Amino acid sequence: MKGVEITLKVLFASILLGYSMAFIAGFCRLSNNIILRSFTGFYVEVFRGTSLIVQLFWLYYALPMLFGWDIGSNFWAGVLAISLNYGAYMSEIVRGSIQSVAKGQYEASTALNMSRFQRMRLIILPQAVRMMLPEFGNYLILMLKSTSLVSLIGMADILYQGDLLKDANLSLAPTVYFLVLVFYFIIALPLIWLTKKMEGMSKKGVAS
Amino acid sequence: MSKWQWDTFFDAFPMVVQGLGITISLTFACYLCALIVGFVWTFIRRMKFKPLRWILLWIMEFIRSTPPLVQLFFLYFGLPMVPVIGVALDPFTCAILGLGVHYSTYIGEVYRSGIDSVDKGQWEASQALNFSTGKKWTKIILPQAIPPTIPMLGNYLIIMFKEVPLASTVGVVGILQLANNYGAQHFRYLEPLTIVAILFLVLSYPSAILIKKLEVKMNRRFDKKAVLKESKGAVS
Repeated sequence: MKGVEITLKVLFASILLGYSMAFIAGFCRLSNNIILRSFTGFYVEVFRGTSLIVQLFWLYYALPMLFGWDIGSNFWAGVLAISLNYGAYMSEIVRGSIQSVAKGQYEASTALNMSRFQRMRLIILPQAVRMMLPEFGNYLILMLKSTSLVSLIGMADILYQGDLLKDANLSLAPTVYFLVLVFYFIIALPLIWLTKKMEGMSKKGVAS
Repeated sequence: MSKWQWDTFFDAFPMVVQGLGITISLTFACYLCALIVGFVWTFIRRMKFKPLRWILLWIMEFIRSTPPLVQLFFLYFGLPMVPVIGVALDPFTCAILGLGVHYSTYIGEVYRSGIDSVDKGQWEASQALNFSTGKKWTKIILPQAIPPTIPMLGNYLIIMFKEVPLASTVGVVGILQLANNYGAQHFRYLEPLTIVAILFLVLSYPSAILIKKLEVKMNRRFDKKAVLKESKGAVS
């Protein structure tokens, strides 16, 4: 099963891009600049409102036609679709947790004469990130599951390899797909564990 | 090849819209399946016999953390080949089962959170009033557990609506499949796929807003109740 490597590659690339997308979009939605804010709002709603598989096909088949440039490879189309989609979902979490930091914290840091940047970095973010952690963990598993979609645009991930095996010998189909499921589960196990740990971390040292 | 052709757009539109009925009915069928199977998971979670519960909860975790796409393939291509219980399912049933069971694991968690949110005193009170188990659930616990979960359940309906195009991979002719067919015939993917995206957006965005409103309303109602209870307590 060589597909595991590709699945993991897609997963890591989309995790990195997705998280950075989430923070960028989350901050943009909180910015004072109304153009920036409405633009990101539009992005988030579009990507949350349509399904991932449609976005994937759109990026892979339609985008090259619209602008005449290719996205490079199916790898980048897949990673971009997954990270843009989940980035949109997670940006809402980023925004929500930053907004739910108590007002007094903002006022206190202003009173201490901190700059905006200092305030965000030293006071607000450490408290907000703690609230984001459990949700981010859940999205890790969701992203893993969505990487199986890239086989539909011709990437040789676990599922694709399984398909090839099935095509070679149809009677193997149940075993092959069950094995594929087991592979995904094995990859998911550390992520589940990480999620539990993140939940514990976010609860640690907080009253109630 | 020119970039965006409006005539292709209008040519493809009626064809793609035809699939909308199937997509929507499949969504509701899957949702119903998930709602029902979700109850089973909740029931299992409350089971007294530990080893069985443990095994079944691992199965649930397994279903939850593996991709629905692979599960669909397993059901569609794999199941007919299984020696004893092998049955060939048509794509529609297959999609209902696959997506329904996958999301039932999530719905089960929603139910559980609803049941957990019922005040402990209510359990004790129903026991003190000598209610039978059936009566306790139908008269006391469930009426309080289900309403707060309605917005969450609604969210899952929208999520499932967005997952249903996965079924096109096993041959359910929904809007995505029709768009792809059109693309393959005319070698123009841009317009049909854009139509699909627009359709999804148009359908899911208003319903998302509706559910948000519902959530706010629910919150207010339950808060009011809590406030009322408190004030009553203060008076007496």
